[in-house]
Amino acid sequence: MNNENMLEIKNLETSFFTHLGEVKAVRNISYSLKKGGILGIVGESGSGKSVTLLSVMRLIEDPGKIKNGEIIFDGVDLTKISKTEIQDIRGSDISMIFQDPMTSINPVFTIQNQMVEVIRRHMLISKATAIMEAQEMSNISKKEKALKNIEDGYLRKLNRKEALERAIYYLGLVGIPEPEVRIKQYPHQFSGGMRQRVLIAMALSCEPKLLIADEPTTALDVTIQAQILDLLKKIQKELGTSIIFITHDLGVIAEVCENVIVMYGGMVMEKGTVNEIFYSPQHPYTKGLHQSIPKNISGHKKRLVPIEGSPPDLMNPPKGCPFSPRCKHAMQICIEEAAPLAKVSETQYSACWLQHQDSPDVEGFTKSGGVK
Amino acid sequence: MEDRKVLLEVKNLKKHFIIKKDILGKAKKTVHAVDGINFKIYQGETFGLVGESGCGKSTTGRTIIGLYKNTSGEVFFDGELLSTGYEENKLRIGKLKRKLKRELKKLPEDASKNEIEEIKEKYNELLNVQKSELKEKKQTSKSLGRNQRDIQMIFQDPYASLNPRMTVSEIIAEGIRTHNLLQGPEVSERVFVLLERVGLKREHASRYPHEFSGGQRQRIGIARALAVDPKLIIADEPISALDVSIQAQVVNMLEDLQEEFGLTYLFIAHDLSMVKYISDRIGVMYLGKLMEVSESDPLYELPLHPYTQSLLSSIPLPDPDANLRSERIVLQGDVSSPINPKPGCRFAERCRFAKGECFTESPELDEILPGRFVACHHVKEINKL
Repeated sequence: MNNENMLEIKNLETSFFTHLGEVKAVRNISYSLKKGGILGIVGESGSGKSVTLLSVMRLIEDPGKIKNGEIIFDGVDLTKISKTEIQDIRGSDISMIFQDPMTSINPVFTIQNQMVEVIRRHMLISKATAIMEAQEMSNISKKEKALKNIEDGYLRKLNRKEALERAIYYLGLVGIPEPEVRIKQYPHQFSGGMRQRVLIAMALSCEPKLLIADEPTTALDVTIQAQILDLLKKIQKELGTSIIFITHDLGVIAEVCENVIVMYGGMVMEKGTVNEIFYSPQHPYTKGLHQSIPKNISGHKKRLVPIEGSPPDLMNPPKGCPFSPRCKHAMQICIEEAAPLAKVSETQYSACWLQHQDSPDVEGFTKSGGVK
Repeated sequence: MEDRKVLLEVKNLKKHFIIKKDILGKAKKTVHAVDGINFKIYQGETFGLVGESGCGKSTTGRTIIGLYKNTSGEVFFDGELLSTGYEENKLRIGKLKRKLKRELKKLPEDASKNEIEEIKEKYNELLNVQKSELKEKKQTSKSLGRNQRDIQMIFQDPYASLNPRMTVSEIIAEGIRTHNLLQGPEVSERVFVLLERVGLKREHASRYPHEFSGGQRQRIGIARALAVDPKLIIADEPISALDVSIQAQVVNMLEDLQEEFGLTYLFIAHDLSMVKYISDRIGVMYLGKLMEVSESDPLYELPLHPYTQSLLSSIPLPDPDANLRSERIVLQGDVSSPINPKPGCRFAERCRFAKGECFTESPELDEILPGRFVACHHVKEINKL
């Protein structure tokens, strides 16, 4: 296990067992995230990008099931630990921001109520404050007992006042004006962008090591989106939080992420740094995505090249590469067997048979020696 | 440019929604969804309408096609008056009557008959003007043709806009039957042609909407709009519910159809890069008003209105290097509410350059450079023109 990695997913498979049959939402996925890095996951609806991260949070409910694989977070395999253990991690070490800010906050409680609850559930006072508190005690026997407890690692939870202070601090940090006043309000009194800020403040309030943002700006307007993206970048820089960013918008990926994973049909198609994915994509699907969005904001118009066909049905996914039915370069082997992730460069991997030495030469694709 | 034929002209269009009335039925809260906009769409072009959610772009489209009745203002299609709003006249009459009552009450008890008569006459004159205007507008409104075949609409949500109990052929043929365009077997023949034109198959005609994917449903919606040979198609966010790889398919098809049938589009969307791609001219809306109208290339190269500038600078580009280079103007705050808006420029509260008259007077949409209309008091200073 590499100590540099915050999160490592190995051969993850998640399926939903519906009455119509098994839906293989995530099929054998592996990737890792460095400490303090921002990883972007792109993919269309149904590509399995959200299910992967819900698996990390262990939020897959019946009829869904993690069939196989390891999820190693900070040295702990999340698939093996008990329900209570994951509840301690969820919300404190790993936090998640969802797409729709209205449905992920409880409308009948004030922001204060909800934030204080989360903070008091997860946060302990710092050792320094605990010692200071103990020093101030007048009763000597009590003081000694308190200090001994601190030595043993017993710290009390934050009290309401401390939790409230903390909540207000984080609301201010995410740019909510007058946090002392706003914290007493109900979610409906906030606008969409403000609600998303509240959600981010809530997610940050327990100082998570990993923040998972599942399409956090999709429901927002562009001008508000720009504010939220700036905020997330600032948080990553200042607090050193690792962030996984799920989106379908290539523009957002280019803006915030360092590394990118492209998913399709429940599998990883390509991964690499943001520059590699945008300037030298090696998978036909990534290329297709680039060609199907208008690139030049200014300058003359180039006709879009759409990817023909439609995304695969995960109930009966194609036997080989999930993209093969829509791929221009599909060969016999693509239909029969999915290609493994082949190394293109130190950081870039592509799951395509065109990377193979025996494959025909196609313009724009470089072959690597990775697949034999 | 001026010699091109104007297909649709919108003059001072307003659409207000009353959301709260007091006990007397007087409007207390009014949403000024569309508040006096003017624009022209030339034959054969694509006019893009962009703006953030709640700016009134969809309401504009729906008012033009007649799904909403306009509060005031006129819509001309192909030189003919399509709709005229008289709600505002009604409101004005009510206001005048109340004012008259109030003034009569204020008079001292021993006021002479003459004084009372004088006030009454003053108000009657004003009232008569409004009443005759109302009568006239009602009359013209009645005489206007109900034939709205020439304008068709494509909706945003391909799941909600198709009736789940009708087969695809029934959905597409409904317009043909309503307008009695074709009879008997010709109808189904036409449906087949349309289906094939939008990239579906003949055998799809007898299926129901739930059997199709989002992209295919949007194709059905487009076939339905094409069925009655329209001249103008209002596309209200036709691609925002679709996946990226499918969006390009639909956009390309819309372009091909435009060329083939000589269609004119009013393309409403919030995806700015796609609007730029498809539109010849673009109107930028903010809180019910048009901020800037221009040809699309100059608009994106040199936006003149401060709102357009910040809007365009906040698009994340699918190009990591370009994002590092370009400087971003991040707007502070949120869009203010369109309920009983304050006087002055709608954008003033969030504008970096706002001062003085911006808060008191609403700017007009003026032609600042040839073909470029901007509604801003200080546009010349801001852009150093």
